[in-house]
Amino acid sequence: MTVDVSRALAYRFEPLVVAAGRGRLAFFATATGQTDPVYTDLDAAKAAGHPDLPIPPSFYFSLELERPDPFAWLTALGIDLGRILHGEQSFTYHAMAHAGDSLTLRSRIVDVAVKKQGTLELLTKQTSVTRDEQPIAEVTTVIAVLNPLESEAAR
Amino acid sequence: MTEIPDIQVGTELPPLTVEPISRATLALFAGASGDHNPIHIDIDAAKAAGASDVFAQGMLSMAYLGRLLTGWVPQQRLRSWHVRFTAITPVHASPTCTGRVASVADGRATIELEVTLSDGTVTLTGDAVVDLT
Repeated sequence: MTVDVSRALAYRFEPLVVAAGRGRLAFFATATGQTDPVYTDLDAAKAAGHPDLPIPPSFYFSLELERPDPFAWLTALGIDLGRILHGEQSFTYHAMAHAGDSLTLRSRIVDVAVKKQGTLELLTKQTSVTRDEQPIAEVTTVIAVLNPLESEAAR
Repeated sequence: MTEIPDIQVGTELPPLTVEPISRATLALFAGASGDHNPIHIDIDAAKAAGASDVFAQGMLSMAYLGRLLTGWVPQQRLRSWHVRFTAITPVHASPTCTGRVASVADGRATIELEVTLSDGTVTLTGDAVVDLT
C-alpha cells in the first residue's frame, strides 16, 4: 500500500513539551561510547561553560521519540515499521540546550516523494525545537518506505 | 569561545573507530535513544521484516559521527549537519568515522563526513558546517 500523500501532508502532530534529564543524557553518552566528561559530568560541563549537561547534537532526534507512541504517525498513515528505513537526517542549530530545559517540538510532514514506480516513497518530516519561543534547532528526517510491487503484493 | 584547531581545506579530523557493535550495544542504544523499533533488537522482528539478523540503528552511526565532531570542536560551534544513510550496518560491524575540511569561507568550514565498515562499505555520508569565528 502506498502512502496517501494528502493525508500525510495534513497529518497533525500535537506539540510536544519535553525535557531531557541528566540521567538520560548520561545514559545516551554511555550507550554511544562517549568519553568526553562534558556529556556525563556536571562539573566538567560547568567548567566548559555550560549551565548543565549539553544535549548532544544528534539527541534532538531522540527528543521527538519521547511521545507516548512515537510511531503513531506512521501507523496512522498505514506504514508498517518493518518497511521503513532511515534515509536522511539533518539538524540546524541556533542555540545550545541543556539537561532540564523545557523544549517545545512542533512537527509536520513537509514532503512525500514517490520513486521507482511507487516501490519507494520518501517522507520528509520537519520539527522545530524552541525554548521559551527561542529557536534551538531544526530537525529534518527523511524516512524511506519500501513498498512491494502491486503485482507482488497481490500474490 | 573555546579554542579551535588549525583548520584549512584538506584538514582531516582525527578518525574515530568504535568497538564492533554488539547486540548489547543495539539494546542499550534503543533505550538511550528512544528508538524502540524491534527490528534493531529482536531477531524475530528483523526476520519478519525480511532481514537475516538485527542491524544497527542509523542514528547510532550518527551519534558516533557526533563524537567525531564534538571531539574536534566544541559543540556550540556546530551550525548544521546533514547525513544520508547509504547502507545498513550489520551487527558485529566496526564503523570508522572520518571527516575532511572541504571548504572554508566567511568564517565557516564545511566538513565532509563518512562512516565506513572494515570491508569498505560506506554506511553514511554527509557534511557539517562549523563556525570558526
